[in-house]
Amino acid sequence: MPWRSIAAGALAFLLLAAIAPALPPWIVSLATIAFANALVVLGLMILWRAGLVPFGQALFYAVGAYTVALINRYIGVRDAFILIAPAAALSGLTAFLTGFLLARYREIFFAMLSLAMSMILYGVLVKTETLGSTDGFNVEAPSYFGFTPQGALRPLALLWLVLACSALSTLVVSLYLRSVAGALAIPVRDSEIRLEFLGISVNRLIHLKLVIAGTLAGLAGALAALTIEHVDPNMAYWTTSGGFVFVTILAGAGFAGAAFIASFLFELVRSIAYDIMPGTWQMVLGAALLVTILFLPEGLGSLAARPWRGSKPATDSAKVKA
Amino acid sequence: MILAVRDLEKTFGSLVAARDITVAVPALQTVGIIGANGAGKTTFVNMITGHLRPSKGSIWFDGRDITGRPSREITRLGIARSFQVAQVFPSLTVFENLCAASAVARRSGGIVKAAFTALHAPATVADADAAVELFGIARYRDERAARLPQGVRKLLDIAMAVAGSPRVLLLDEPTSGIAAEEKFALMDVVMAALKERQITVLFVEHDMEIVGRYAERVFAFYDGTVIADGPPRQTLENPRIQELISGPKLNSAASAAGHA
Repeated sequence: MPWRSIAAGALAFLLLAAIAPALPPWIVSLATIAFANALVVLGLMILWRAGLVPFGQALFYAVGAYTVALINRYIGVRDAFILIAPAAALSGLTAFLTGFLLARYREIFFAMLSLAMSMILYGVLVKTETLGSTDGFNVEAPSYFGFTPQGALRPLALLWLVLACSALSTLVVSLYLRSVAGALAIPVRDSEIRLEFLGISVNRLIHLKLVIAGTLAGLAGALAALTIEHVDPNMAYWTTSGGFVFVTILAGAGFAGAAFIASFLFELVRSIAYDIMPGTWQMVLGAALLVTILFLPEGLGSLAARPWRGSKPATDSAKVKA
Repeated sequence: MILAVRDLEKTFGSLVAARDITVAVPALQTVGIIGANGAGKTTFVNMITGHLRPSKGSIWFDGRDITGRPSREITRLGIARSFQVAQVFPSLTVFENLCAASAVARRSGGIVKAAFTALHAPATVADADAAVELFGIARYRDERAARLPQGVRKLLDIAMAVAGSPRVLLLDEPTSGIAAEEKFALMDVVMAALKERQITVLFVEHDMEIVGRYAERVFAFYDGTVIADGPPRQTLENPRIQELISGPKLNSAASAAGHA
């Protein structure tokens, strides 16, 4: 049953990778950062399905980015694959540890606690000289298994890496959402008491979601660090978290592909708005969010109208009733 | 005795919600729990199912002390419950609700293992389809739970509790919120299903006709404790019980018990 959507997803990512050389450079770089950031959104979708919205997901994003930057700076490693693996692992570990506390909270308390945690990291980054302080520091352009692309190939190689990570993450998330632990997200939102009395710990279910979302955010941060070739404390700042929540609302929680489309649109609107009205570009983004909430309350994903789970469409239940 | 409690007590500060409860239930018995509001019935159910930790006393399930264990552990040992206000997942269909219940019941190992088990495994789907048949709600299979009539929602709540094949099931007011003329039909379905699955039942009920018809034994609660424990006819006809519980239909219930 999931094979058709897996094939469709793989095809979409392969197609993008194939046409990338024909695209103008500004779209390539926009797509690279947008798709990297979409991995954070993919994780937020998992949490949002369970009714949880963290306003501090930038914490894990920054842990991933700084892991790449610090390994690069102090050990001198610049191979992309060697850099992103520990970055994702360390953010996952951070999510696992903070999860012991976060998984016990819901709603606004959960949102604010995650915000507080990310702002602690922000404070530490700003104040610590060895971590680059407010300026942060630069990251070298990566190599790939020892191969260092030159010229026009450099941004393309990065985009392909991001696309490969995106495809793999989407596959993992889709399979997770079909699993018992993943599919219980809506039950978590609907009735925790029923779940507990069925014999499963809601806190542990949420803890696992936090670890998956944190790992994805760390992977995203690592890819972003390689793309921007720079890290700074703003990556942990609450406005960064807010941006991810913004894109999640734009995407909706129904369909994984929407994370990538929404993230791309977000970056596109932001850069165009910044070009046209540098002083008031936030207004354009605000208007875009307002339009989304008013006309597409379930996000772009609802346009795809393809439920992740095997539930029947509404027409079937209408027939049953008749 | 599949379920036994000794000297059970629950206090909230200076308020005594339950006290001196000592009862034992043999396997496959159907027990009705009656009493006025605030008599301690739901507190009793909540303590057995681990929702409340007793202040004193012990609870034994099949010879094992389960006092103070968390509810999900008690569920996995084999004591399930339904709720006065049906606890289902309104955003999911009836079928999805039952799949979720069965998947949780069938899982072994931790949460991480549950991430590697498909929700729609053939066994889970078969369980869900068997459950809609057993509880007579097959025609609502693909209806979202939020849109179900009250009676069907109650049945779904009980069907989900039964998904884990419990040995003891506690029903907290299964007929509350149900129209009077539908109560017997609902209880017929529930009791037949539970009998087929060989489940020991304790049900809290305000309607004495229901108690008279379906219970083999009655616990009458008053002021936090069990003041009478016996066959329904005898218990419901006892003038002292009638007075303390003051159910309006008490007399007719006793005659219903006689016909049953």
